[in-house]
Amino acid sequence: MGEAEDGVKRKRVVFVTVGTTCFDALVKVVDSQKVKDELSRRGYTHLLIQMGRGSYLPSKSTGEDGSLAVDYFTFSSSIADHLRSASLVISHAGSGSIFETLKLGKPLIVVVNEDLMDNHQSELAEELAERKHLYCAHPQTLNQTIAGMDLKSLLPYSPGDATPVAKLINKFLGFPED
Amino acid sequence: MEKNNGGCFSNLSSNLPIIFFIVITIILFRVLYVIYRTGKPLSKRAPQQPLSTLIVLGSGGHTAEMINLLSVLQKESFTPRFYIAAATDNMSLQKARVLENSLADSSEVQGISAEFMQIYRSREVGQSYVTSVWTTLVAMAHALWLMIKIRPEVVLCNGPGTCIPLCVIAFFFKVVGIRWSSIFYVESIARVKRLSLSGLLLYKLSIADQFFLQWPQLQRKYPRAHYVGCLM
Repeated sequence: MGEAEDGVKRKRVVFVTVGTTCFDALVKVVDSQKVKDELSRRGYTHLLIQMGRGSYLPSKSTGEDGSLAVDYFTFSSSIADHLRSASLVISHAGSGSIFETLKLGKPLIVVVNEDLMDNHQSELAEELAERKHLYCAHPQTLNQTIAGMDLKSLLPYSPGDATPVAKLINKFLGFPED
Repeated sequence: MEKNNGGCFSNLSSNLPIIFFIVITIILFRVLYVIYRTGKPLSKRAPQQPLSTLIVLGSGGHTAEMINLLSVLQKESFTPRFYIAAATDNMSLQKARVLENSLADSSEVQGISAEFMQIYRSREVGQSYVTSVWTTLVAMAHALWLMIKIRPEVVLCNGPGTCIPLCVIAFFFKVVGIRWSSIFYVESIARVKRLSLSGLLLYKLSIADQFFLQWPQLQRKYPRAHYVGCLM
């Protein structure tokens, strides 16, 4: 379960991202004791929250007492490094965040924001969950999802390809198709 | 003399309804012609000549998807490039600049140019549809101003509300003969079962020359669109 020989737990980071949005409901629930305990129970040591335009501030913690170490920030120009060093990603349902994470092959829980008008984002999360590329949850069900998840059962996502569109556009405009 | 002037004016005012009717008919025929020509590939007049391209960026995933598409297009054919993002969107133009800078670094060809502009937003995320009507009108006026400066030959967009005023004006330019453009719309990968409002408008009004879908579920509902699979 990630423990090195000297008994010190290997660092396993959970990275939470809300992209460029405001998603206080997710930040709040991730910062709740229930969820933090569940993440600890499942072997994670650090929780890093990218909170975007939200107004709810999580409580930082160094984790010296053995609990989850918690830190947060608002934005960064690129979350790629944070995604790469994460063992689990919990993301809002924005397509940019989802595909950036899937392309890096990281286990992903997508949390749908119910406050968004015309919640089109949930369609993508549900479709990809159906295809077993990620887990999909709502803020209220995040705890159960974390408790019950089997990350090894997730299927890798093969990146898509924009060249069919480029070919059609070129054909339409009379440019050479390659 | 005054009688003559009066006579001229009364002639004009009695002819006004006729003139009005003629103008309306011309516009109507012109609109029908544009709709008829929409979607028909350009005739191969000067295939190697680059086309000025307007690229509409939108917050979050929209820009990521657009950058993804741009990376497979040969830039020499789509130049000069004009990037437009909403005024409240800070990251999109930044991402576009990164793309253009990497092109400038790796390119040996001189004269590939890009410009970056911001436009007032038609609708903020979460804004009610009622107030969106007014903000869309403001965005329309701003879009007209920008489009008059750019007059693009190609328009690439993929969903944000920002693209509607720009595409409508591109269509208007086609109708009045200011500039003929080819409008390409790629529906966002987030749209699996239902089209976005932007997509619906551009599809139903036949404004987009080519309409691309990323999920097969939508192809049945929108047969005039091309299903191209996931781009991301």
